[in-house]
Amino acid sequence: MSKKESPMKTIVVAVVLSLVCSIVVSFAAIQLKPQQELNKELDRKRNILIAAGLLEQGSTQSEIDELFKQVETKVVDLSTGELVEPPKDFTQRKFAKDPETNKVLEGKADIAGIKKRSQLANVYFVRKGQQLDTIILPVHGYGLWSTMYGFLALEPDTTTVVGFKYYEQGETSGLGGEIENPTWLAQWPGKQVLNEQGEPVIKLVKGSAQNEHQVDGLSGATLTSNGVENTMVYWLGEDGFGPFLERVRAGEI
Amino acid sequence: MAFDKQEAKSVLFSPIFNNNPIALQVLGICSALAVTSKLETALVMSLALTSVIALSNLLISMIRKQIPSSIRIIVQMTIIASLVILVDQVLKAYAYEVSKQLSVFVGLIITNCIVMGRAEAYAMKNGPFMSFLDGLGNGLGYSVLLIVVGIIRELLGSGELLGYTILPSTANGGWYETNGMLVLPASSFFIIGFLIWALRVWKKDQVEDKE
Repeated sequence: MSKKESPMKTIVVAVVLSLVCSIVVSFAAIQLKPQQELNKELDRKRNILIAAGLLEQGSTQSEIDELFKQVETKVVDLSTGELVEPPKDFTQRKFAKDPETNKVLEGKADIAGIKKRSQLANVYFVRKGQQLDTIILPVHGYGLWSTMYGFLALEPDTTTVVGFKYYEQGETSGLGGEIENPTWLAQWPGKQVLNEQGEPVIKLVKGSAQNEHQVDGLSGATLTSNGVENTMVYWLGEDGFGPFLERVRAGEI
Repeated sequence: MAFDKQEAKSVLFSPIFNNNPIALQVLGICSALAVTSKLETALVMSLALTSVIALSNLLISMIRKQIPSSIRIIVQMTIIASLVILVDQVLKAYAYEVSKQLSVFVGLIITNCIVMGRAEAYAMKNGPFMSFLDGLGNGLGYSVLLIVVGIIRELLGSGELLGYTILPSTANGGWYETNGMLVLPASSFFIIGFLIWALRVWKKDQVEDKE
């Protein structure tokens, strides 16, 4: 046979090929990283604005940046509900993974099925003049297949929904994936998520919602609907933003 | 290299109807089911796959004489995988919304049998230019089918095309009752089945012999 088949040649080809491919791939990854980060950031801002009802779908980068100027980004310590100085490089997802900065949730405490959460969380404020106008909370929880990430915007009474938006999920498209459908999300504004004691009471029901504590569940997606409800119960409850919302109601923030 | 215009034409165009990778060879069905619920995702997926298959054919053909046959499949896979990562990164940078919808399916181009199949069956035996054309042709064949399925599913499933309302649906105050089944992946099985049937009625030689 030709020289093509010698073991030495095989090894050389394998090594050279791996080297070339890895250089090309890492070069592309590094070159494109800034643009990708920009996209992610823009997407986050866009979804916060949509949840707060300040933006229709779409819109260009400059419009989003302009609108986002009215949004204040804060960091809250979930256990006390106090606003804190954001640590260096704070991102909620990174902090949720780090054993130094996360809280592990087990058994009954983990209603939303997220296993661990960051001790600190982002909150966003929109003010009209000096007056607090909208609070936007990032929430996430497990649906049927995936963790669903969304933003919930509340009025300063901490119970009336201004808007709700899911921006990342991997549920079955056409069924659970309908949580991203604007028509479904449009029924959230005006709903009351808490009762008078400040406990989360929002429910996703089969059929039509009867009162302001209920939202229509998604047909054909009971488990996703349960996931949405659990996400709400967890993040609005004691272990989630509960202490923070109490402070907002007391007028401390 | 002797260049035969006639052959180049046939290599480029025959995979579209005469030897369609999905319709005749029934390859690459997985992604055809998954990304065709909207025309936009189908278009981007077609573009992604076509560029991967054309470039992988070109590169593999360029080094085909150097590839030891004992590791040829791994070499092909490495090249294909690198190209797919490249495409995925570019999509994430410049078409973020669509790449979010395509999610895992761009990555799964690596395992798409059409890409591997063309590399092994054509690029290992033919020159770079012809291999490039062969990749392009097969990519186009895949694309045509995906786009047709995408149009049918988005139009009848949600009354829209590329996000623009064509048939106003009852949910938004129009008259068209959307067909929910077409939004589900399983409907692509039926649509692709009907398309294959139609194609074989038109081109009788594609009908398989009775066993």
